[in-house]
Order: sequence, then structure tokens, then C-alpha cells
Amino acid sequence: MILAIPKEVTADEKRVAVSPSNISAFKKLGYEVHIEAGAGEAASMPDELYRDEGAQVVEGSEKIWTGAELILKVNPPTLEEAEMISEGVTLICFVYPARNEELIKILSAKKINLLAMDCVPRISRAQSMDALSSMANVAGYRAVVEASHCFGRFFTGQITAAGKVPPAKVLVIGAGVAGLAAIGAARNMGAIVRAFDTRPAVKDEVKSLGGEFLMLDFEEDGAGSGGYAKVMSEEFIAAEMKLFAEQAEEVDIIITTAMIPGKKSPILITEQMVKSMQRGSVIVDLAAEGGGNCELTEPGEATIAHGVTILGYTDLPSRLPTQSSRLYGNNLVKLVNLLGTADAFLIDQEDEVVRGALVLDQGTLSWPPPKVEVSQQPSAPKKQVAPVPAEKEAGGSSIFSPPFMLGLLAIILLALGWKADHEFLDQLTVFVLACFVGYMVVWNVSPSLHTPLMSVTNAISGIILVGGMLFVTGAQPWIDTKSILAGVAIFLATINVAGGFLVTQRMLKMFRKQ
Amino acid sequence: MTEGLVTSAYLVSGIFFVLSLGGLSKQESARKGNLYGILGMALAIIATFVKLTLDRDAGEINFQFLVPLMIGGAIIGTVLAKRVEMTSMPELVAILHSFVGAAAVLVGLSSFLDPGHAAMMGTEKLIHEIEILLGVFIGGVTFTGSVIAFGKLRGSFSGKPLLLPGRHLLNIGMVASSIWLGSEFLGQGHDQAWITLLIVMTISFVLGVHLIVAIGGADMPVVVSMLNSYSGWAAAAAGFMLKNDLLIITGALVGSSGAILSYIMCKAMNRSLAHVIFGGFGTEGGSAVSNSEMEGSITETSPEEVAEELKEAKEVMIVPGYGMAVAQAQHVVKDITEALRAKDVNVRFAIHPVAGRLPGHMNVLLAEANVPYDIVFEMDEINDGLPEVDVLLVVGANDIVNPSALEDSNSPIAGMPVIEAWNAKSVVALKRSMAAGYSGVENPLYFKDNTNMLFGDAKDTLSGVFSNLS
Repeated sequence: MILAIPKEVTADEKRVAVSPSNISAFKKLGYEVHIEAGAGEAASMPDELYRDEGAQVVEGSEKIWTGAELILKVNPPTLEEAEMISEGVTLICFVYPARNEELIKILSAKKINLLAMDCVPRISRAQSMDALSSMANVAGYRAVVEASHCFGRFFTGQITAAGKVPPAKVLVIGAGVAGLAAIGAARNMGAIVRAFDTRPAVKDEVKSLGGEFLMLDFEEDGAGSGGYAKVMSEEFIAAEMKLFAEQAEEVDIIITTAMIPGKKSPILITEQMVKSMQRGSVIVDLAAEGGGNCELTEPGEATIAHGVTILGYTDLPSRLPTQSSRLYGNNLVKLVNLLGTADAFLIDQEDEVVRGALVLDQGTLSWPPPKVEVSQQPSAPKKQVAPVPAEKEAGGSSIFSPPFMLGLLAIILLALGWKADHEFLDQLTVFVLACFVGYMVVWNVSPSLHTPLMSVTNAISGIILVGGMLFVTGAQPWIDTKSILAGVAIFLATINVAGGFLVTQRMLKMFRKQ
Repeated sequence: MTEGLVTSAYLVSGIFFVLSLGGLSKQESARKGNLYGILGMALAIIATFVKLTLDRDAGEINFQFLVPLMIGGAIIGTVLAKRVEMTSMPELVAILHSFVGAAAVLVGLSSFLDPGHAAMMGTEKLIHEIEILLGVFIGGVTFTGSVIAFGKLRGSFSGKPLLLPGRHLLNIGMVASSIWLGSEFLGQGHDQAWITLLIVMTISFVLGVHLIVAIGGADMPVVVSMLNSYSGWAAAAAGFMLKNDLLIITGALVGSSGAILSYIMCKAMNRSLAHVIFGGFGTEGGSAVSNSEMEGSITETSPEEVAEELKEAKEVMIVPGYGMAVAQAQHVVKDITEALRAKDVNVRFAIHPVAGRLPGHMNVLLAEANVPYDIVFEMDEINDGLPEVDVLLVVGANDIVNPSALEDSNSPIAGMPVIEAWNAKSVVALKRSMAAGYSGVENPLYFKDNTNMLFGDAKDTLSGVFSNLS
């Protein structure tokens, strides 16, 4: 079965669907991998690298599109590309089916199977195939890089001979995958990072990356399904806008990431707020594709308004092509894994991941899929991290409380002193003192030597052989029950003495310092 | 005069035993400690020979009888010590306990049959009889209990706790009837008393079996240390019987040593000693299967990927468990350790107090494989530093790295101190299959995002990792 990777033809697209390191995984599944010449060039992955991994480099797009049975791509095919597909082929790429009705019509006529990477359900099991998250991660990082490129100052604060440099202040709106990546990148460059999200559950993640989580004096949880936030009430939005307006006056860089799938992005940064920002500030609008979170964003462009640079790039993942291609390729490997090996290729509709991603099933439209429960965020209250208290002493052991024991001991000793003979009391003294000595000494034993401790005590408890020896008497001990019993005791105890000491010796020899 | 000399010799040998245990406080002095123990024992035996030779009252000493017995015992002991695999140390320790128990029983019986006993009168005789009873009883429990523990550790019989209905009542009944028989014994004539003594012995044998069959496999560290303690008390009881201070001192030392070990082990499992002694895991309170649904999914990895991950790490932590002993994987672990240390990776080991089947079991295995002991750490020493660890390898351990001990108050292992493996940046768990651990609790660690599973026999998979490292 031939698996083909065409070169991306969309303008300015630098990514490629599969990186050289993924080839071996596909070959292991039994696919014959064809790649169009120059496909990875823009992502610094020249043809030789693919060839070295065992892929066949094919010249000309016509050849690559017509010969293949499984095609892996990044962007949805152009109409010309769609024309070239043979019937019955399986195509995996970003599809955005809601926006590309015409394309889907053409592909449907060709009876192909179409799997959309952007429709992979956002469930835990499919995280490794979630290309939207991979790309969002890259976009978040790149957003910071783009911002710092346009920003005229350091991100980090410094005290130099030439004066003190204050750190840059960055506001990230929306702490999804892209937002969190941006927070991490900006923190690592030394900026002070603040973040806002309508879902209080992400607070800990923001904090763990070193960001400060901004709170509203307003109770409403914005957690929606599928890992996106839901649309909030009007009062909430008013409070939120007030917060943004305050922040805009203070911060140097704003990165917005509020996207609503299939809808226009909400306006969060008004022209008024842009005006209030300091000259030289930067806004990076990651929601530009859906119209932008800033009123003045022009999708795909960098503009300057009121002295503030507004970046509305929609190709941020493509601006980090090597990284994006690698991550996307890994996502593809995991998805193709689900479809089975080349010999047993099967689009299993029972699998909810495959079902979710499936847009065309041999030409039949199967999108949108039936709703499945998604659980990207583990619902917050379920976690009860309250430290479990150590187990209470079982009720019965209160009898063994120290005062009680001491009292009991005193009574026993008194009774013994009254009744018992002198000799016994002497022995008892020895016994009790030896217990204390043992207690003191053994607490000092290093835990790593507990096994040798046991074997040494094994050996020395063989001292009982001394007791046995005292009872072997008479000229013919073998006919005397008492002596025979004692003899067996001596025999067993000697095993202990010899075995215990020698095995301890053996163990201790093994312990060595580096 | 001889009496005095012998007593002083016993005193010195008692001091040697104390020094011996004291020597084990540090690795550096441990070997000297063992030497002290040998010296103490040799001195005690020689002194006893001297005493027997010179003290004509006790009758003729019979070297033809004694010496072959001792030589035979010494040979068997030597063979055992040389042959035993380090992974089978728990079995050896258990069987040696049973010998002490049996010897205590036998010495007790001999002591009863000794004419010296019959000659005693009044309180002296009463006390002596109580001592004999105690010695036989404790010795009997130690003997059969250790034999059962030995069998469980060897896998000769199932490690699962065998819980008879009404087992607590059975135990109480056995102890009560022994006490009653004991009180009868005190007043009886010689022959009658002999029979009673044998009945008490039999009851103690049954009690020993019954107590230990009710305890599960992973509680073995506690059981073995407890039996260690019993064997000490049995020796001490024999000392009282014989009015021999050396036996009393030694018995007390061993007894308290075992008691402390049991206490440490129990603390490490957050269970009271009573719970362990009276057996059965998860039988009281707590639902064993409280968390059947797990968040997240399992990610499988391969030896190649683990090797890659290790190559890029700076801080590596290895958490060994009983699985490492079963798979005999300690030597491969050491090879990996050396390979990584040669690349300037800081490899360390984290040992949970109850990892394995014997206190300190993992330390011995690692020492056998030649892992230097100064990179092997206790749980409490490393838990705080885990977030700095790049890769943490869990080799055949389960419950001791289970986060539900801290997070889920309904879990049967709730409150048990564990190695907080999940705090490391990345975790690789080596496991045969997805089966639950000894306690029957699912381990949420395996479902965490930063955990990868490497399935298969630890020795095979680690060999794979090692060959990909170089």
C-alpha cells in the first residue's frame, strides 16, 4: 500500500505533513512511503533525509497524487489537487469541513475517505493525535517570538551599568494550549506574565508556568465541552472588559487566544483600549483566523494603529516549520496506527477517535459525528487532594498508652519483688537493661543495613546452643531423651550461627562506596 | 574460680554482641560489627566448653556427641550461606528463625526433663516452670510461623492470606487454653506435667501456623521482622530457664531489634502492628475497588525510546520493587547505571522501607549488583527532590509509588507514605502487565500524562534499554 506525502502548495506554507523520523514508523506498519521532491525543503528537511530513512522521493505532483492509496497532508487540498485524487483513496489532513463545503463536494464525488485532523475528538485517549493542540502550542510560542521581534525593549528586567531595565509585562488572554505555551515562553524570556481565562480550573496550570492568574470578582465557570470555553453572560463580559481596559494601560504586550470553533472570534480589545496602551506596545492576535479578538486586527497582516503594533498572522505554526512538521508528523503516526497496518487497513467506525475525525466515508458525508462525551479537563471538584490523615491508632491500642504500661510494669515489679527470689530479680534486671541497650543500638542502624541486621541477629540468637550444651550429659547421651532433644537443639542452633555470620559477611562485602 | 571466669567471659561476649549491632549503624563499620559478633559467639562457646569440662557436678562432658553435631550444623550453615541467592535472602532469614524457635522448644523440653528441675522447690520451682512454659510456647509459635513464612516466601504455598472464619476467636481460644493448661501444669506431678507441656507445645505450633497463614505476601517484611523478634524472646526465655545471663542479654538484644524493625515496617505501610499480626489486607474498612474508573490513558513505550529519554536526562532516579528481585534485574539495572554515570548523568536510587520482602532487601540486591551504596537513598531523603528528576524508572514496584495513598482517602492503602514518583518530569514504569499490585488497588500513576509504560519482564526490557544506550 502506497502512502504519499505531497508538497504543500498553499502560499507561504512551509510545513510538511511528515518528518524523516516518522518514516520508519510507517514502514513498520507495512506502508511504502512516497514523498514529493522538495516537500520538506522549506522545513529544513531535504529529500536526502527522507531517502535515507527509506522513503521514495517522487518528482512531480501529478505522479504523487495519482499513485497513492493513503495521502497525508497538512492543509486541505486545493481544488486542483482534489481533481488529481484517484477514487477510493484515503486522505488525512486539516479539513475544516464547516468552511470548505465546495471542496468536500468534489472529494465526495471521488468516493474517498477523508479524515480531518481538526476533527479528532478532544478526549484523553486521542491527545497524542490532537494536531490542533500541537499547532496551538507552536503558535503560542511563536506569538511571543513575534511579539519580542516587534517590541523595542528587553523582556527581562536587568540592572546594568547604564541603568535599570524594567521587565516587560505580558497579558495573555485565554489559557488554552496556545495561551499556556505563550505564558511559558514569555516567562522564560523573563517577562512578568499575567493571564486571564473564564475557566477558573486552569488557574493552577497558569501558576505552574510562573504566570499570575487574574481573577474577576464574579462567579461563573466558563468551562464548556471539548476543551473550549463557553460563551459567558453579559454581566460577566462587562466585568471582563473592565479588567482588560485596566490591564491595557499597564501592560506592554497582549496575546489573545479566544477562539470559538466555527464562530466569529469575540472582540475583547476595543480600539479605545488600544489607544490607552503605551506607544511601542504589541498585540498578537492568535484568533485572527476567526476575525480577531482585537477590533483593529487585520487577519494575516501586521499593522500599526495608535503606535501599537497589531499582529494578525494566521500562519504562526508555519513560521516554525521544522517544529510544527515534527509534531504534526507524530500526530499522524498515531492516527495511522489506529487504522492498522498496510495489510489490514481498516477505517473502524466503532473507534470513537476515527469516527470523530471521519468526514467522508467512501464519499458519504459522515460529518458532524454523533455527539460523544468529551472530557479534556478532568472535572475540577473530583480531585480531593486533602492529605489523608495517617491511620489512627486502632482503638484497642489505647490500653497500651505509656502511663498505663508504666503503671502495669510497676505493679508487676512490686509483685515480683514481694514474691520472687533474689536470683530471678537479678536476671530480670539484666533482661530489662539489655532490652534498653538493644533499643538504643538498633535505632541507629542504617535502614540500608536492615537485612544484614536480621542475619546477624539470626546468628547471635544461635547462642541458644549454649543452653543446649548444658543438657548434654552422661556417658551415653544418645540413650537419654533429654540429651537427644538438646543435641538436636545444638545442631539447629549451629546452623544458625554459621549460616547467619557467613551470609552477613557475604552481604557486607558487597556493599561498596563509589 | 572457674565459675567466675566463665561469667566474665559471658559478659565480654555480651558486650561483643552489643558492639556487633552497634557496628551496623554505618556501612563503614558494618564488617567490623559482624566480626565482633563472631568473636562474641566463639568466646561464649569456648567458655561453655571450659565450664562443662571443669564442672564435674553436671556429669561427664561428651565430646564425641557434641563435636560432630556442631561440625555438622556448621557445615550445613556454611553451605546455606554460600549457596543462597541474594534474591532468596528472605527465605534464608525465615528458615533460620524457625531453627531458633525449634531450638528454644527443645531446650525447654530438655530443661524440664533435667534432674536439676525436679530437685527444685517452692517459688524457685514455680518460676522455673513458668519460664519453661513461656520458652516452649514462644519457641513453638516462632518455629511453625517461620516455616510457614518460609513456604510463602518460596512460593511453596500461596502468598494470599488464608482467612478462616472466626479466626480471631480461634487465636484467643488457643491462647486462653494454653494459659489454662499452663496453670494446671504448675501444680501437676512430673509425668502429668510432661504431657501437659507437650499439649501446650502442640497448641503453640498450631497457633504459629494459623497466625502466619492469615498474613499476605507483601506484609512479609513485617512478619519476618516480627518472627525475628519472637526468636529473640524465645532465646531470652531460655536464658531465664537456665539462669544464664548471656542468653538473656542476647535474647533481649535480638528481641528488641526485631520489634523495632517491625515497628519501622508498619509505619512505612501506615498500619498498626495489630492489623498486620491479626492479618488480612483490606478486610476491615475501606473498599478495595473504590476507583475502578481511571482518568487518562496508558501510553506504552519501547526500550529504544526509554534509552533516548535517558540519554537526554541529567537527573535519573530508579525506584526498585519486588518485581526487580523476581526478574533478577539488578545486574542490568547496574549496567544502565554505569553507562549513564559515564555520560555524567546523575543516577540515584530511591528505596521504600517495605520494597521487597525483607527490610533492606533492595539495598542488598543493589549491593550484590555492585551499585555503590552512596547513590542509594531512603524515601524520606529524596521525596522533596523529585520534581528536579528528569526521568524516573519504576522497576517492578507498584503500591509504594501509588498516588492514591495520598489522594484517595477511601483507598485501602490511604495514608501509607509513598515515593512521590509522579512529581518527576517523566516516569517510565516497568511492569509485566496491567495487573493491580499486591493490595489490589489500581495505580493512577500509570494513567498520568507524564508516565509511560514499558511492559514485559524487567530483565528483558532493561537489557533492551541498555543495548540502546551504548
